[in-house]
Amino acid sequence: MLSKRIIPCLDVRDGKLTKGIKFKQNIDIGDPVESARIYYEQGADEIVFYDITASHEGRGIMLKVVEKVASQIFIPFSVGGGIASVQDMKDVLLAGAEKISINSAAVKNPSLITEGAELFGSQCIVVGMDVLKVPPSQHIPSGYEVVIHGGRKPTGLDALKWAQKVESLGAGEICLNSIDADGTKQGYELNLTKLIAEQVRIPVIASGGAGHPEHMVEAVTTGKASAALIASIVHYGEWSIPDIKKYMHQKGVKVRIVW
Amino acid sequence: MISIINYEAGNLTSVKRALDYLKIPNEITNDPQKILSSKAIIFPGVGAAGAAMSYLKKQTLDQTLKQAKKKSIPILGICLGCQVILDFSEEGNTKTLGLIKGKCKKFSLDLKENGIPINIPHMGWNQVQLHKECLLFEHIDSASEFYFVHSYYPDPHPEFIIGTTCYGLNFCSVLGQTGLWAVQFHPEKSGRPGLKLLENFYNFAWRRYNA
Repeated sequence: MLSKRIIPCLDVRDGKLTKGIKFKQNIDIGDPVESARIYYEQGADEIVFYDITASHEGRGIMLKVVEKVASQIFIPFSVGGGIASVQDMKDVLLAGAEKISINSAAVKNPSLITEGAELFGSQCIVVGMDVLKVPPSQHIPSGYEVVIHGGRKPTGLDALKWAQKVESLGAGEICLNSIDADGTKQGYELNLTKLIAEQVRIPVIASGGAGHPEHMVEAVTTGKASAALIASIVHYGEWSIPDIKKYMHQKGVKVRIVW
Repeated sequence: MISIINYEAGNLTSVKRALDYLKIPNEITNDPQKILSSKAIIFPGVGAAGAAMSYLKKQTLDQTLKQAKKKSIPILGICLGCQVILDFSEEGNTKTLGLIKGKCKKFSLDLKENGIPINIPHMGWNQVQLHKECLLFEHIDSASEFYFVHSYYPDPHPEFIIGTTCYGLNFCSVLGQTGLWAVQFHPEKSGRPGLKLLENFYNFAWRRYNA
């Protein structure tokens, strides 16, 4: 039986973490490679890098970061942010990432999902979805709408329909981020997570709202997610990955506890 | 020197990176002479069985691998490499290398775990239950997990089953015999236990070479 995955997410701009990460010893680290290495040693099951670099030069720096990470970290990791073409995907995969995550680009050009899946395999292609709760309507019967550009731009797409579509286009995984829950630390959007996870046959990663390990337990039990993305809860040293996993294990969730 | 067989099947550099990190001398190559003079062979790969076989044949690497087996050069197949060392793959109904008796099957969409239909590919961390002793797993905690990504699984002749993994059914995830092993998971992506397995393989090859 597969273990439920715990995936820390690191935001990177111009090759540096946008905010330093505090580990339990309260050391502050601004280097994404070093932070990723510590999470790896602490038992992260996978790592996500989200590149918010805008400039062309910055993207070159990101590829160097990916190469360094790949030479020191021997678990899968993905890179998202700004990937808009098959060439972008190829660059990141050749630098050593296992997966690439596409979000706005998939909405604008859904065939990118298929092209990527055909060239690199579905398992490489993660589609990120930012979702906002809206009143149910004819176009958005689920009451959840896909938004892009960091949540600023509505797309008119129903989240459930979009999830099913990206699956049929060849996505290997969905990273489902609730804009409503993001940053609240009140827990994942469980209704949304369950709704999507039950209707697709690809893994769903719950994202947004983690503030306590109980939230991860809920995401993978009630929410039926395969994995939980975490950020500030570990970045600010409130919880460590081993303690989170211990908690989940005690609650009967199958997690990887030996590494 | 360990030869990592280059047959244009996916990302071979991740295996190289892991060996480099372990300071194990290695080279990615498709040169039969180099392969046959190396201490050990890693046969990795991600992708489809059919395309892999046609490339291997084109480069006569199918023959090279058969010779390597005859010469008792230690071989470790990984993922697709683990599948194509069998006789046959259901993926594209492909006749494969036949270094080990058995075939490769597709996970059925009807399989369930705890009443829930499984996702395909089988992707993520899972355990291996060993049914016999295996040098590759020396000093690796039996509760360790390994990283899998695959839609087909090996089904070798029972005498070659070393370890199994449960995903909707118990499938063979480690197979072979001493010196000719194959694992369905990715040791190069399985953290410390995976690195240990690669190190164990190299140590075995080194001992055999110096024996």
